[in-house]
Amino acid sequence: MSNNKKITTEEVKEEILAKYPPKVARKRDKSFVINEPGSGQEIQANIRTVPGIITQRGCTYAGCKGVVLGPTRDIVNITHGPIGCGFYSWLTRRNQTLPEKESDENYMAYCFSTDMQDENIVFGGEKKLREAIQEAYDLFHPKAIAIFSTCPVGLIGDDVHAVSREMKEKFGDCNVFGFSCEGYRGVSQSAGHHIANNQIFKHVVGTDDTIKTTKKFRINLLGEYNIGGDAFELERIFERLGVELVATYSGNSTIDSFANSHTADLNLVMCHRSINYMAEMMQTKYGIPWMKVNFIGAKATAKSLRKMALYFEDPALSAEVEKLITEELPLVEKEVAEIKKRTAGKTAMLFVGGSRAHHYQELFKELDMRIIAAGYEFAHRDDYEGRDVLPNVKVDADSRNIEELKVEKDSSRYKERASEKKLEELKKSNPEFQNYIGMMPEMESGTLVIDDISHYESEILIKKYQPDIFCAGIKEKYAIQKSGVPLKQLHSYDYGGPYAGFKGAVNFYKEIDRMVNTKIWSLIAPPWKKDPEIDAQYISA
Amino acid sequence: MLLRHTKKEVADRKALTINPAKTCQPIGAMYAALGINGCLPHSHGSQGCCAYHRSSLTRHYKEPVMAGTSSFTEGASVFGGQANLVQAINNIFTIYNPEIIAVHTTCLSETIGDDLPQIISKAEEDGKVPEGKKIIYASTPSYVGSHITGFSNMVEGIVKGFAKPGIKISDLYNVIPGWVEPSDMAEIKRIMSVMKINSIMFPDTSGVMNAPQTGKHEFFPKGGTSSQDLSKTGSAAHTFALGSWASKGAANLLSKTAQVPFSVCDIPIGLKATDRFLMELARISGNEISSELEFERGQVADIITDMHQYLYGKKVALWGDPDQLIPLTEFLTDLDMVPAHIVTGTPGKAFEKRIMEICSEKGITPNVKCGAQADMYLMHQWILNEPVDLLIGNTYGKYMSRDMNIPFVRHGFPIYDRIGHSYFPTVGYRGAMRLLELMLSAIMNKLDREAPEEGFELVM
Repeated sequence: MSNNKKITTEEVKEEILAKYPPKVARKRDKSFVINEPGSGQEIQANIRTVPGIITQRGCTYAGCKGVVLGPTRDIVNITHGPIGCGFYSWLTRRNQTLPEKESDENYMAYCFSTDMQDENIVFGGEKKLREAIQEAYDLFHPKAIAIFSTCPVGLIGDDVHAVSREMKEKFGDCNVFGFSCEGYRGVSQSAGHHIANNQIFKHVVGTDDTIKTTKKFRINLLGEYNIGGDAFELERIFERLGVELVATYSGNSTIDSFANSHTADLNLVMCHRSINYMAEMMQTKYGIPWMKVNFIGAKATAKSLRKMALYFEDPALSAEVEKLITEELPLVEKEVAEIKKRTAGKTAMLFVGGSRAHHYQELFKELDMRIIAAGYEFAHRDDYEGRDVLPNVKVDADSRNIEELKVEKDSSRYKERASEKKLEELKKSNPEFQNYIGMMPEMESGTLVIDDISHYESEILIKKYQPDIFCAGIKEKYAIQKSGVPLKQLHSYDYGGPYAGFKGAVNFYKEIDRMVNTKIWSLIAPPWKKDPEIDAQYISA
Repeated sequence: MLLRHTKKEVADRKALTINPAKTCQPIGAMYAALGINGCLPHSHGSQGCCAYHRSSLTRHYKEPVMAGTSSFTEGASVFGGQANLVQAINNIFTIYNPEIIAVHTTCLSETIGDDLPQIISKAEEDGKVPEGKKIIYASTPSYVGSHITGFSNMVEGIVKGFAKPGIKISDLYNVIPGWVEPSDMAEIKRIMSVMKINSIMFPDTSGVMNAPQTGKHEFFPKGGTSSQDLSKTGSAAHTFALGSWASKGAANLLSKTAQVPFSVCDIPIGLKATDRFLMELARISGNEISSELEFERGQVADIITDMHQYLYGKKVALWGDPDQLIPLTEFLTDLDMVPAHIVTGTPGKAFEKRIMEICSEKGITPNVKCGAQADMYLMHQWILNEPVDLLIGNTYGKYMSRDMNIPFVRHGFPIYDRIGHSYFPTVGYRGAMRLLELMLSAIMNKLDREAPEEGFELVM
């Protein structure tokens, strides 16, 4: 679908900004780029949302408790605050998890909260928190209890860290740690990711040195949250390659795997935005190099696996990787060859997350579909422009609020995995070794890149471009669909998936084929409102 | 087992809530505000509150839920949220052009002591509120009460914003439906119309939270109570408030500010609560109960007498909101079912008293608890100790249902995994028929699934 009248992106941008009050227009202007790869364009990102604009964004707590810590099954996650925050983050991100045994700890289906009342706000909530931790310990004797602060906690000055320390000492056999992830701390979920990284790094990583397998290649997968079973597909692939997945941060994970994750030899980073802090800190402290990978898209998966093999410089592993690709890629290509006859030339828009708006472009490209516009909900400039811009990113007051851990080499646990020379060589041969090149360089010239899109902006885009599919989240889903355009949720996958790896790619092709080629949308208009001549012909025929 | 860690032995908890049977005030305020035509709800707090409430309501209704947020960051939390709210008001009127903005607070803005009336008058003074537009508000601290309290507070906010004392219109009546589904609101309106009672319902989410697919997104759907109607509520002869928890506050305020007398009725769920509601409508309006409704009542009674054997003696565990649970419990006892375990996270001692009164008439002594630590973990423990034949409650019950193989009827909020609730009512006699169908299907599906081959029945 496309309008007959040729519209220019400049005109669309102008029309959108024209409605805003002047101050808002000036601010939104900088988050709204007509992409020209290689031209050194800047985009404004990771700054405060304009109040009242109707944003997609959520809060720091959501990024910390919901995104990063949510998928770990054996931590008792207690939300310290009024009931709502715990309630809304209870099972709603559909992180799948699969304990090995029925008797293994798995608290995913439980929601724990201190349910703060007005007297706790007035007189402080530490006493109630202490009691709640004790009750959780007495009931479940978990390995770990994590405390998540909600907005009022920071304001009334409850010291969740002191209470956690005290209880950890008291129990002796249960790791208790807290997160100052009050909703107001940052400008989006992103601040919460950083806070989650910090505390897991401080309190958990490096506390178990045992090497548990004899496998030669031991890696961590960072920034993969097992939505819809994505991590299961990747676990399958690594298992086939004989590569040990020490820890996944944090899909299908356990706290013990984090504790042990500093023993891995390489960190593969999927969602750069939410987990790059962990990759960097692990490199500094333990000497583990990292590389950016993308397992969304069959070709991207093959490419990422080859990059990994290249790092290990092992002919046997390379052979395994090639064998796997030779076996699995043709099956995927056979599927896509048939499907893309029906999807080629169709158009998509992606406004989601901090990496998915980029990663999923791979799958659409494999379907020969065209990306007209994309943007992130909570990413930073480096996720758009690449990490090269990091030295030029101004640190504003909102970012300064988030603690930067001072990390040093661990004298006993630091191990050089690769020589300086090898690291330099890898950087030369792989532009995404210890680097992320960002979304904008990989998007076509003239496409729209919009950070923190508002509902109003998406409405105009829909009206002007009538894309064949729009990708966003649950809050956007039905408004877009009521406009007659299908919306694919890329947070929850609309309860489908997996979409990662080879098998996942096929699932996604089929799903998009269904969505862009179905005739259900033609049912919307009643027949008596359609062209009367056509009806007349039908009746006479 | 997904709920493998639940301990059978019930130990007293004082501080820890596990698997809550309630959520927080602001979402109720948002839902109430969606029931006013041309109104945009606005959450005065950090972004996450608004994102969570919109997501939750969207998952339940599968409809667009539009709302603004003041997007607090650390600065606003320290210096107060006035600048954010004034800016939000200006942006909302400029970009989205609603007739009304309904602002509610959050635990954040309440804790720092933001004064909504003062900030709103500041916005008016600064010329940020266009001529003829209106801002209403409610204080909804998340650390008091529950989502039901928030709903009730916003309905009071509607009264505060619109109701003026006026010359009484003798044949005009108000209905405050409480937190029920849009389908229920439509059914209550139908009952009023069948009873030939001219009424204004507020809030009214029918046509908003179950809007049609037309190929065009109506940012402000056609449904919702109009401001013209709301400004007439002070002239009504009487208010029917359904449910003490969600509706009494507003009815009371309306009687104080505009001298509109009121009756508080149970939400008409089941046979007797509907009987009482209709008799109250007839008593106040002077109109007779229509034969159409009497016919529907007869159909309900017919289903009950036809299918009694499948319901008799069945034990039920139910959780949800007090205004629903009271008439629902009563309906179960009328069907000769046994309400065994009942929890609501919404506080209010009157709840336990009403439930015990209803049950004691049938010689039943259920486990019942409301308020602090009245959660689904406790309910799960009770069920482990005294098993039941049926669960009735929100979507979170599916974990217990699966683990323990108990038939499950979804009712209340939220229902994230099935449709129907927003289109088919459970109030009135028609709603009673639907409840019977849902319960019987759940119970009989299990009978079919588990019957031995020789005992597998064609006719039931």
